[in-house]
Amino acid sequence: MAVETAPGVKVDAGEPNEHGYRTFRLGEFEFSRNEYFVYVRWPTGSHVMSADSFLKALQRDVAWDFFYGIVNFDGVVGTVNHYGTVDLFAGRYNDSYRKAELDHLENYQTPLIRETFKSMLDDWTNEGFDPFASPTETGSAFGPKTGDNRKAITRHRVTAKRMVGLPGDEPIRTDDSGFPINRHFLDVPQDEPEVLPEPGFESEIGSFNLFAYLSRSDVTWNPSVVSACKYSLACPTTEEYILPIIHGNDRVEWFVQLSDEIWWNVEDRDTGTARVKVVMKPGDVSSMPADIRHQGYAPKRSMLWVWENANPDLPELLSSGKLPPVAVDF
Amino acid sequence: MRFKSWPGPPGRPRGVDEVTKYQTKFGTLNDYEKGILEVIDDDPKRYTYSNMFEVASMSNPYEKVAVAKNMEFVLEVVRAEGASDWRICSHDEFALVMDGEVEFRFIKPDDASLVPPPEKEGSVALSGEPTGTRMGLVRARNGHMTLLPAGAAYRMKADQPGVVMLQTIAGDDTVYKWAEICRTIP
Repeated sequence: MAVETAPGVKVDAGEPNEHGYRTFRLGEFEFSRNEYFVYVRWPTGSHVMSADSFLKALQRDVAWDFFYGIVNFDGVVGTVNHYGTVDLFAGRYNDSYRKAELDHLENYQTPLIRETFKSMLDDWTNEGFDPFASPTETGSAFGPKTGDNRKAITRHRVTAKRMVGLPGDEPIRTDDSGFPINRHFLDVPQDEPEVLPEPGFESEIGSFNLFAYLSRSDVTWNPSVVSACKYSLACPTTEEYILPIIHGNDRVEWFVQLSDEIWWNVEDRDTGTARVKVVMKPGDVSSMPADIRHQGYAPKRSMLWVWENANPDLPELLSSGKLPPVAVDF
Repeated sequence: MRFKSWPGPPGRPRGVDEVTKYQTKFGTLNDYEKGILEVIDDDPKRYTYSNMFEVASMSNPYEKVAVAKNMEFVLEVVRAEGASDWRICSHDEFALVMDGEVEFRFIKPDDASLVPPPEKEGSVALSGEPTGTRMGLVRARNGHMTLLPAGAAYRMKADQPGVVMLQTIAGDDTVYKWAEICRTIP
């Protein structure tokens, strides 16, 4: 295998097929691809997705280590994070599949599915294709296997311990550090705040231009922690085109629109029934209840503040009914 | 629109020759547009949908209005106008200026008992400027995020009305007015 996998984890991958891509097996699931499509097979069914859509979803699942709750690759296939193990499912959150009893779910120790997905992402991502980029910023995902793009798929994920820009924490982005201003944000002011510490307090007060920082992000739809107040994580991100996954919460999360606009389709988490449509504009604040799933559409690169509560007790409190699925009852 | 030698907004490289096709839209206290919550099959109250500029337009100066809540954690919107009280907190807080210019001043109080104990979450107001060592100041404008460090007394000041969003924990002075600020009917 080309990519380094964690010791003790054996990824089940076959030899390259006629298009140059390996087939991967995880339990009774099988993943294969050709020049255009990815095929997912399981004992009671099969599914096909466009290779670019699959890889963009897979990239998020790998980069976020299965994130919070459900990462739906589309309306059929996805994963559920149990924070130590992960479910891989087909049709489990699709009303038709459930009613026909054709859905399938398997649970794995996280290292096994993580390493399998990493290997799959590496093998199936060709040179020039960046699953994190917007469509007009990247080459094609299609065609026979051609090279790789390890630099793109193994980016460092920003996780500030306290706040970006503080000593010892995540640095701010600059031209020199390899983060030019994105073409959609050339008009965003790059001025820094005036930070005037008294002698001896240089490391105790701090401030940075968050909007400029976000204007220099080289990825889309990738919440990354810029400030942390205990379990309260501010994870702003820049969004363009379509969120490559449909996110099913296992906790309430919040969105604050910092710039431009995003259109959200919001559905019932378990059945996919349409619930609301939300168009968020600058200054808008919205919660996403713990029983829905959502997918966003951004016509221009926009800045979104995603706010998470990382308390590990929340999923069980919600699933057991000890907490309501809404943020506030009024 | 083509700019050859136009300097552009502050901080932008001079002499950049490019076609500017994209205009990034931010909101301000005097210029914002609320979005849309289109209900198909749900209760709009579940989405606690509001707009921070509208909230700030209806707020008293430095009233800490919660616009988001997740268990004990809150995002508060503050109308920054004039000088605030001095406040202090047992944990870090973060202030994002969404409109205007805000000066943050910090003092390390001589009286350590002014710092709330760790179990007391959310900031508390002090009775006045505490005696202590000046730590410095930050002047922040649109888009600037400032650390309000644990244990440091701080005060905000804005010569013109502005808007600050605080990432913090709910405290004694957090104001809840969900029914007033949120969309409640389909």
